Amino acid sequence: GKELSNPFASQVVTEPKAPIFLKISVSLHLSSRSHHRPEENQIAENLLEISQQHPAGMAARRAASSILSRRLLTRPSPSPASASPAGKSDLLGAGEVLPSKLRGNTEQNYTTSRLPNLQVVLVAGALLRFSTAPAAAAAPTEEPIQPAVEVKHTQLLINGNFVDAASGKTFPTLDPRTGEVIARVAEGDSEDIDRAVAAARRAFDEGPWPRMTAYERCRVLLRFADLVEEHAEEIAALETWDNGKTLAQSAGAEVPMVARCMRYYAGWADKIHGLVVPTDGGHHAQVLHEPVGVAGQIIPWNFPLLMFAWKVGPALACGNTVVLKTAEQTPLSALYVARLLHEAGLPDGVLNVVSGFGPTAGAALCSHMGVDKLAFTGSTGTGQIVLELAARSNLKPVTLELGGKSPFIVMDDADVDQAVDLAHHAVFFNQGQCCCAGSRTFVHERVYDEFVEKSRARAVKRVVGDPFRNGVEQGPQIDGDQFDKILRYVRSGVDSGATLVAGGDRVGNRGFYIQPTVFADAKDDMKIAKDEIFGPVQTILKFSGVEEVVRRANATHYGLAAGVFTRSLDAANTLSRALRAGTVWVNCYDVFDATIPFGGYKMSGVGREKGIYALRNYLQTKAVVTPLKNPAWL
Amino acid sequence: MAAAAAANGMSCGGGGGGGKGFEVPKVVVRFTKLFINGQFVDAVSGKTFETRDPRTGEVIADIAEGDKADVDLAVKAAREAFDNGPWPRMSGYERGRILSKFADLIEAHVEEVAMLDTVDAGKLFLVGKARDIPGAAHLLRYYAGAADKVHGETLKMAQRMHGYTLKEPVGVVGHIVPWNYPTTMFFFKVSPALAAGCTVVVKPAEQTPLSALFYAHLAKEAGVPDGVLNVVTGFGPTAGAAVASHMDIDKVSFTGSTEVGRLVMKAAAESNLKPVSLELGGKSPIVVFDDADLDMAVNLVNFATYTNKGEICVAGTRIYVQEGIYDAFVKKAAELAKKSVVGDPFNPRVNQGPQVDKDQYEKVLKYIDIGKREGATLVTGGKPCGDKGYYIEPTIFTDVKDDMAIAQDEIFGPVMALMKFKTVEEAIQKANNTRYGLAAGIVTKNIDIANTVSRSIRAGAIWINCYFAFDPDAPFGGYKMSGFGKDMGMDALEKYMQTKTVVTPLYNTPWL
Repeated sequence: GKELSNPFASQVVTEPKAPIFLKISVSLHLSSRSHHRPEENQIAENLLEISQQHPAGMAARRAASSILSRRLLTRPSPSPASASPAGKSDLLGAGEVLPSKLRGNTEQNYTTSRLPNLQVVLVAGALLRFSTAPAAAAAPTEEPIQPAVEVKHTQLLINGNFVDAASGKTFPTLDPRTGEVIARVAEGDSEDIDRAVAAARRAFDEGPWPRMTAYERCRVLLRFADLVEEHAEEIAALETWDNGKTLAQSAGAEVPMVARCMRYYAGWADKIHGLVVPTDGGHHAQVLHEPVGVAGQIIPWNFPLLMFAWKVGPALACGNTVVLKTAEQTPLSALYVARLLHEAGLPDGVLNVVSGFGPTAGAALCSHMGVDKLAFTGSTGTGQIVLELAARSNLKPVTLELGGKSPFIVMDDADVDQAVDLAHHAVFFNQGQCCCAGSRTFVHERVYDEFVEKSRARAVKRVVGDPFRNGVEQGPQIDGDQFDKILRYVRSGVDSGATLVAGGDRVGNRGFYIQPTVFADAKDDMKIAKDEIFGPVQTILKFSGVEEVVRRANATHYGLAAGVFTRSLDAANTLSRALRAGTVWVNCYDVFDATIPFGGYKMSGVGREKGIYALRNYLQTKAVVTPLKNPAWL
Repeated sequence: MAAAAAANGMSCGGGGGGGKGFEVPKVVVRFTKLFINGQFVDAVSGKTFETRDPRTGEVIADIAEGDKADVDLAVKAAREAFDNGPWPRMSGYERGRILSKFADLIEAHVEEVAMLDTVDAGKLFLVGKARDIPGAAHLLRYYAGAADKVHGETLKMAQRMHGYTLKEPVGVVGHIVPWNYPTTMFFFKVSPALAAGCTVVVKPAEQTPLSALFYAHLAKEAGVPDGVLNVVTGFGPTAGAAVASHMDIDKVSFTGSTEVGRLVMKAAAESNLKPVSLELGGKSPIVVFDDADLDMAVNLVNFATYTNKGEICVAGTRIYVQEGIYDAFVKKAAELAKKSVVGDPFNPRVNQGPQVDKDQYEKVLKYIDIGKREGATLVTGGKPCGDKGYYIEPTIFTDVKDDMAIAQDEIFGPVMALMKFKTVEEAIQKANNTRYGLAAGIVTKNIDIANTVSRSIRAGAIWINCYFAFDPDAPFGGYKMSGFGKDMGMDALEKYMQTKTVVTPLYNTPWL
């Protein structure tokens, strides 16, 4: 009953993964709202304006955000005219970068390879009967805890200065606990990308950064790592506020990992070696590794800070300059730490941060003729577009870290309690919003029933609530789109005949909280076993032999990661070699040392990040050859 | 003497230079005892030895004199720290963090340590402050950044096997370091060993024990666990020999003379066959070709020969100049040498301080005498400077023959031997006519000559149109009797690692 106006009502199940470019942007929704009372819009905008002019006017701001977010939360599904189901036409419409032929092909890819005609119409409120509402789920109805941080930076960072967008436009970034506006952020578009690339170009072509010694660059990055640690509390609070991940996770793991990653690449800066290679006679040949130039980097919203570090760390260590496009859902933390990088001594123009949307700012960066290299993390669909735009413009090399549907394989010799716990964390970590989430849990038939029961018990115990509250394990999903999408997948799971053993509904009545959800008796061809849901949904499948599970685990177009849980050395060796995935975690999961390369096989991506391997993404290789006259030896 | 020096245009300040236009800072010696297992302790014997100020020959401090019993205690502490302590068990990153802190502490004490090296070794104070001491911090940071970059490899086996290598720290390392660069040499040795996860026993030179003890103190402050870094001051035949022959030391690394290097290697062979790396003497050639910019070449050669009063193993001491510019070169080199200001190393105007001690001073003067007797022409210098301390004039010999002692032996003083050559082939042949092979310089604008000669000279470092181009990332060490094993760069890290190969069968894998 009370869910009658819920936002996923009457929607078409469409995009299986949260794409960066393809997100239907909040601002688009706002601008296309015709059914809201205009006076309400006006009031909200006035209030916002007041609150912006008077920084102390928090009350006005809260009132404004409350009106705006009520509008957002109660909106009916967007009509096809205002936003296409996949949002893809946003990109193609806004950018006009792809000719209709290419556009057609892309759409075809979508509907054939990824969305095989499944058009499930949901009935409002129908999901309620599946709810297994855990006790811990009441928390989100509490008044949200006020984050201990102020939003200081909302403008674009171009050439060392915080500036407004050329258009003067802004967009709201929302608190996923409530859907309320945290701040309005300058909305970068192609003109801003042009400015940022020009600054980065100048910083690379004429500036000190690629010309200083690697040790000097190393010192800047080390100072930055120290500053991140000094401001850890504020950074973590900002990250949790903007993203909804638990403060325990952002403060305890992610901010330290940013410092760690930066120190790691600081240490590489002065150890980048080319080879001196032998020749068949008469020549001296040596290999120089030089920075590739201006790197365009597009990062996702699920780990805004960590993705910043993975991208920016190696690029800067190698002497490149960068234009970074953050996700529109989470623009805040990158702006904060980018300022710290400048405080650490980074010259102007070396790192430029443009907040904005994929179809506009992102597409402009990908197509830019002045960008020498692209690195993108996000959905596979968007990755394809990034690669196309790179190909159509200046053939810039592209690194892609895309989606996944990673298997987590529990063998029959495993300690079931440990396996359950690890599999639980593999899928539910970060609200399930991990590209490498272990979302296909393959369990050997001999331990299957016990595993399912214990997984249910574990999921039901999972504490969902305000991510700022101590003891909370799971915060809200990033936004309404993701929230809707996940619940549609839950419905699809039920409809396709899987057994819902835990969760299945939202938690509370505001924000984007979803119950930890577990499906058993899933089949390989169900959408919940094939698509990347990017939410707290565990799909448990049964297998009976090693060869079978290898075949089934590999039967996906993804290949990002895999988990293996066994005591058997031989099973571990066999599986870790046989699985077609970029990372295989044996008796562990989500181990993300700065030193360990990460990236996908198949459609999970191109190239590797982290470790020594990430340096390759940001270095050119130059062979220098000259004749040798009468050398003593070769 | 002072008058003669003045006539030569040389300011032979000697010890008497103090107080004239510059201030000799008050040097406080805080640490004089052995550093074992995180504590400063007296020698077991209770004995001490004097360390002297080469500016005056006066005693600076009495230092605990370590002997075999002390080395035993130090090794026991290092063994325990390696076998059971946290150091090799913590992550490379954690070790790197501690080494970074160590580097920061050194930077915070630059002035104080630079002073110690100046009074202990007669090194130029300004150079210490500007280069040597910050250089030590730089080196530590390099290896701090390397500690988490130790990679084993997975292997392509020819069988159905999974094979991989692990790089593991070698264990307890004995380091014997020389007196000419007390700070630099200490960190050449200690930084990569600590980064690798080894524990160390350092025996500094008896001439220059002060800064090493200070660094031990800073290491502790930075968080290096007790027992990981031990410093035993003392003499080579006693403490040094005990390190080289110790059955519980897993690796010994020595920098010093070729004669002592041989003793170290013998002791290692006769004890537990511990691997040895040696960075020994040199008689490095600089080959100046006709096409060189003459002034640049003269300046470079002057720098190469006289830096640190010639007390540097890579000193460019055999200078081969092509016949076309030989005469002009000799004239300018002599003029430049005469301009050099010899005097108190605390004086900022001084280019050259005193030799480290009386023995070295007398040895250098003896070689100058031999040069004259062998028939070489003394163009400039050749005499002591001042009336106290161990100062010697920058000295140049011409008409030197390849087989003269001054062209073959490492003098370790401010003595340049100038020789003439005609062709590239002759230059290569002459440059290689030595039992040493530490470094070489080439001065030319010609790319073909630069490439040919740099490949043809048998030496561990070739500097083309530059000299002393040391860098943390550039491996350094000798060919031939100049030693083996590299300091600096990632090569040095390798030196303190064991390689372990792990193999296990594979069943039913789709590929190998």
